[in-house]
Amino acid sequence: MKILALDSSGLVAGVAVTEDDNLLGEYTINYKKTHSQTLLPMLDEVAKMIELDLNTIDVIAVSAGPGSFTGLRIGSATAKGLALALNKQIVSVPTVDALAYNLWGCREQVCPLMDARRQQAYTGLYTFSDWQMQTLLPQCAAGIDEITAKINESGKKTVFLGDGVPVFADYLKENLQVPYLFAPAHCNKQRAACVAVLGGILYRQGKAEDAAAHKPDYLRLSQAERERQEKARDFRI
Amino acid sequence: MSDTEQTIKILAIESSCDETAAAVVVNGRDMRSNVISSQIALHTLYGGVVPEIASRKHIEKINQVIAQALSDADMTLQDMDAIGVTYGPGLVGALLVGVAEAKAISYAANIPLVGVHHIEGHISANYIENPDLKPPFLCLVVSGGHTHLVKVTDYGTYEILGRTRDDAAGEAFDKVARAIGLGYPGGPKIEKVSHEGDPKAISFPRAKIADGVYDFSFSGLKSAVLNYLNGCRMKNLPINQADVAASFQQSVTDVLVDHARHAIREYHMDSFAIAGGVASNGVIRAAMEQMCREEGVKFYHPSPILCTDNAAMIGAAAYYDFIAGKRAGLDLNAVPNLKLGE
Repeated sequence: MKILALDSSGLVAGVAVTEDDNLLGEYTINYKKTHSQTLLPMLDEVAKMIELDLNTIDVIAVSAGPGSFTGLRIGSATAKGLALALNKQIVSVPTVDALAYNLWGCREQVCPLMDARRQQAYTGLYTFSDWQMQTLLPQCAAGIDEITAKINESGKKTVFLGDGVPVFADYLKENLQVPYLFAPAHCNKQRAACVAVLGGILYRQGKAEDAAAHKPDYLRLSQAERERQEKARDFRI
Repeated sequence: MSDTEQTIKILAIESSCDETAAAVVVNGRDMRSNVISSQIALHTLYGGVVPEIASRKHIEKINQVIAQALSDADMTLQDMDAIGVTYGPGLVGALLVGVAEAKAISYAANIPLVGVHHIEGHISANYIENPDLKPPFLCLVVSGGHTHLVKVTDYGTYEILGRTRDDAAGEAFDKVARAIGLGYPGGPKIEKVSHEGDPKAISFPRAKIADGVYDFSFSGLKSAVLNYLNGCRMKNLPINQADVAASFQQSVTDVLVDHARHAIREYHMDSFAIAGGVASNGVIRAAMEQMCREEGVKFYHPSPILCTDNAAMIGAAAYYDFIAGKRAGLDLNAVPNLKLGE
């Protein structure tokens, strides 16, 4: 089974192609250039290098959120355009799950942190046991204080990763009461290969969807919707 | 078969603001389909377009809209010779959905891609229903985001004679409509009410720009309307909504007509066209038609469905760019403040 995976949910832009248990090619860029300009040229580069016939892909996996709203849409629109032209389905992979998958096999508690602004993180808690990833806290938007309290409560050693780590490092150092580590460079950011592998698992579980129906899972309303809801709530009170 | 007899089929995609649109256009003039998924009802809740909500809706609708455009045209992607997409100006998040989608389709289906300027699209809407319209001509583009007086010297070649210094004409309609309690979208609502009002009831200003004879300014007019409303409220005088609407609309119309007439005379043009959402305003359209008759020039205008944001107009513009050899790469980006002629 051949999977094309895309991730443009955060600072990293990534493209990967897997075939069964082989990673055929992966391209990761963590640089300031906009994903809109890089993602498709990166795919083109990978495809050329591995002489990929796009028609042989079984499914397109995309990191579907949470993340930068615009970044998610660039990934989703690219996946939807490819899927429309190639007549393929899309598998939506939860971004935080895919981030945690970087640390496959880690027996400690894994906590991905993506900067969600306003002192919040897109985060979750995971561990690897019984040869697979176990979700202790499904991906969510939470205050850095909330997730820190939860980790302290668990009393478990924790490994952190994600582009939220440098943002929240000072807070974590001051407030964590459990032993912790920050993951090293080769496995601490989004990787499209993780999206491909998790995408394959979800695909085999029958979770692929028609390209037309796919949309990102932002985990958050737009600011306008949020303010409108708050107003409505105030009015009721 | 000579080049001019070739049939070029273009799939066009537009997502610069709050309409998700796709169309199939043959040879720039023959519209085979024109699908528009409008979000107006949704944005009405917020009194105007919310960029993030618009972007979210685009991604939900875009594949359906494209599939519908192909199926309405009774064609498949494989029949297409090129894909045209709006890459600016507009809301960046909204534009990016169309641009990323179009690039991916172009790449996967191996079809050339053409990036289209949104205003160039509006101008080109006139080609679809007017087979005799050819450059050079003058075009006034008036919409919620743009007010441009453009000299179309050739296909794809534009000279901007004037533009708004502040609010776009359509923006002024929206703001005034909100001030007199009509709500969003302002253009159609003001026009409807204005039929019961007297356009001469209140004398609102007709702004002139000293150093830019063809430039527009509508923020002064908007302020004049707001001041008038405040004055009435302070003095406890009744406000006649229809009179305010009609008088405001007349002021906008007079300025637009005056600028257009001036340019027609100075540049000795024998064809004049209007385009953009505000071009579907019946009062403005009638006044332009009247002016063109007086000046002895031919008047062109698109149907209302081609005045609003749509993809058929992008397909028309993309055709002329395509035959001129313009192509976009896989790194095409959305350019929110893209200038015409760049």
